[in-house]
Amino acid sequence: MITKSVDVAIVGGGPAGLSAALSAKKNGAGNVLIIERGENLGGILNQCIHEGFGIETFGEALSGPEYMQRFIDEIEAHSIPYMLNSMVLEVTKEHRLLVASKVGLIEINAKSIVLCMGCRERTRGQICTPGTRPAGIYTAGAAQNFINLKGYRIGERIVILGSGDIGLIMARRLTLEGAKVLAVAELMPYSGGLPRNMAQCLHDYEIPLYLSHTITQIHGNKRVEAITLAQVDERFKPIAGTEKKIECDTLLLSVGLIPENELTRNAGIAIDEVTGGAIIDERMQTSVPGIFACGNVLHVHDVVDYVSMEGDKAGKDAALYSLGKAKKEGTIKVRNGPGIRYVLPQLLSGDEDVLLSLRVIAPARNIKIALIDGSKLVKTVMKPRVNPAEMIQIKVKKSELAGCKEIIVTLQNGK
Amino acid sequence: METRFDVAVIGGGVVGCAIARELTKYRLTVALLEKECDVALGTSGRNSGVSHAGFYVPTGTFKAKLNIEGHEMMPPFCKELGVPYLPVGKIVTAKEEEEREYLYKLKATGEKNGCKKLRIIDDKEIKRLEPNINGIEALHSPTTSILDPFLLTIALAENAHRNGARVILNTQVTEIDQTSDGFRIVSNNGNYTAGIVINSAGLYSDKIAAMVGIDDYKIYPCRGEYHILDKNKRNLINGAVYPVPPKELGGLGIHLTPTTDGNIMLGPSAEYLPEADDYGNTADVMDKLFMESFEFLPKISRKDIIKSFSGIRPKLIAAGSKAPADFILEESRKVPGFINLIGIESPGLTGAPAIAKRVAAMVKEIRGGLAENGAFDPVEKPKIRFAELSHREKSDLIKKDPNYGVIVCRCQTVTKKEVMDALNNPFCARSIYSVSKRCRATLGRCQGGFCAPKIIEIMEELYHPKTSDMNYSGKGSELFTGKKEGVE
Repeated sequence: MITKSVDVAIVGGGPAGLSAALSAKKNGAGNVLIIERGENLGGILNQCIHEGFGIETFGEALSGPEYMQRFIDEIEAHSIPYMLNSMVLEVTKEHRLLVASKVGLIEINAKSIVLCMGCRERTRGQICTPGTRPAGIYTAGAAQNFINLKGYRIGERIVILGSGDIGLIMARRLTLEGAKVLAVAELMPYSGGLPRNMAQCLHDYEIPLYLSHTITQIHGNKRVEAITLAQVDERFKPIAGTEKKIECDTLLLSVGLIPENELTRNAGIAIDEVTGGAIIDERMQTSVPGIFACGNVLHVHDVVDYVSMEGDKAGKDAALYSLGKAKKEGTIKVRNGPGIRYVLPQLLSGDEDVLLSLRVIAPARNIKIALIDGSKLVKTVMKPRVNPAEMIQIKVKKSELAGCKEIIVTLQNGK
Repeated sequence: METRFDVAVIGGGVVGCAIARELTKYRLTVALLEKECDVALGTSGRNSGVSHAGFYVPTGTFKAKLNIEGHEMMPPFCKELGVPYLPVGKIVTAKEEEEREYLYKLKATGEKNGCKKLRIIDDKEIKRLEPNINGIEALHSPTTSILDPFLLTIALAENAHRNGARVILNTQVTEIDQTSDGFRIVSNNGNYTAGIVINSAGLYSDKIAAMVGIDDYKIYPCRGEYHILDKNKRNLINGAVYPVPPKELGGLGIHLTPTTDGNIMLGPSAEYLPEADDYGNTADVMDKLFMESFEFLPKISRKDIIKSFSGIRPKLIAAGSKAPADFILEESRKVPGFINLIGIESPGLTGAPAIAKRVAAMVKEIRGGLAENGAFDPVEKPKIRFAELSHREKSDLIKKDPNYGVIVCRCQTVTKKEVMDALNNPFCARSIYSVSKRCRATLGRCQGGFCAPKIIEIMEELYHPKTSDMNYSGKGSELFTGKKEGVE
């Protein structure tokens, strides 16, 4: 087995990883190494050929590959080394990584590690859709890969379950490729995607959206022949009598993303059961000192710019850790209260200004987000409208954190 | 000119494949005809994957004899065929007072049948064996084992092939005519003649028998649904955990069974169907499977389910019938040279090695003796499982072939070389099904979301398939409806 040592090891060469690598380098880390399982740097954005990336970062709407190329160019300019076609099989608490690659099995000892593995798609199995198991059932991301990177037509008559952003973007993509998108069904009474995607991907192409609907049956033995669509009640149970059979040859699933934390769990790092990602402090450090996490492996983002910003933060502190400049650990707890699904980071040191990332449980208008510590009101922020699809960020100043022990973030009526 | 065989076996399930392979021990020309694109696509690949000890089956039946014999034969059988076989043991657990009696009955039946090492254990012993399972008393069968039913069936077919049998896939028998010297078999993929026909067609064995005028049998398809849990829950149980079966239903009750690959399966249910081809899952049963398993094992959650599937039992008795139904295993009296295997449901997987021996004996009798095939080689090399090797072994493999260093399926850590080996099988069976059952890619928690595109790339690289030839499980299950010109 080959062994080597680095200062900062970056697991994953997608948006989070490249941003973390650049930031680590710029903040003084000596030897930074990116380990990427794919054939190219860029991660999932390589297959996201639609535009809309980089509005926050660059002030322009780029395609996924264009957005990534800007980071890749910078990686090259800084001569940051990267390994491609290299899969991290194991990460240990002692900062040891085991990597499989064509040149052999490599053991890498790192002073600090940034986990940037991204997420995977929830599957038909996990949502327990009844029916047969024919060909023609694709997750939206896999379909995107086949269509955009390999040029395959995945089907002609398509039904999409789930109105998350990837589902919406694929509805448009398939339409442009000449397929007929017959329906997009969404279990919730509201869309799971960004408003701009609703407008640009569904409305512009007159694709019908069925809110509060699910698929109760998949038909066909060899290839999908039809699906049954049904309306659901407030407890998400199909309502008898509302079933509607739609003949189609393809079912696309866009039913959620799951941070891919098998390496994280096996390293003994504490996981937040709501986000599915590591529990972190404001420096993006996990429960194992010197191991950081950022991007979709931490929590699923709506906009890639925020992924890059998290990577920037994680890379910086990973660099400082590798230089022996570890900061004080977080002691102030942050958790979600009524109306809020989750809040990150879960721990704060109180030593600096922080940016909280959070998501609400349901859409609402004219509300107030309140940060409460015991009887003390730390901060409130007014919002004209909130939406579970959109991540909310709230700045909290160091001064506001003085004396805090446990901050609970809640959604309150704004009036 | 139609190709002639001494023996034609109809049905590429575990029993058909075991028979074909057993017959290659003799100087015979053997064909195995299978309607699907690969072996093990029917009942053989859709069950709990258990080598049963033999305590459920009624004493004195064929089922009991073949179960006990097959279970004894199975460890060396799997070993020579390179198939994972793990003696994890099993407990049948009573949760209520009135269920205790059943355990003692089961033990008595088992002992009469010839089961070994059965014992009744108390609640403390249950906790010691299975810390996460609650029960007041249980029957413990330490010899009950799990095996990979796909790999077993595939290894049998591949071994039969290497020893001279012809495995003919995508071939559905539509007509069988008796001739002066045996049978003429008509299919959707060419016609064949054979001196002896072995009907091992599982769910369709009644229909195959009817083709030669044997109308005595009727198969009642009875579906069982399962859930498969994420590997990260594997350590919740050590061995198989069964309930005392509910009285009103057939089957063994919804149980928890580990797989040799490191998942837990929940199921199966039991539901009679009008037709034998509905491998669907139903909302009510899916819910019930989870709820009943959750009662056993409260540490599981619905989020742990990565896939659901179903299998169909070829039963010889109708719903609600109390009539005993034994395996049919005989040369037809009406049609000499036609051997019927009908109603081979559980414990058919366990019984397969013993059934194969008996069928070979029947063939010998029909032919008035058989000469041995001196060149017969019983051994199949176990498939390499990169994920299960030590660091040292992994390292050595990559040195030998760098394609072992390329991980294709990240959930199951399956390498490019393993996928290539799966595609290079002797039958050119190259569906996604064929790849997944041979090397386990696509069967993990992402269910092929990430690795299916990579498998397609490997197919393109290895043999440049036509788009219309890329399918999930044979003709009709095409993955794509076209491809853009000029896209690499």
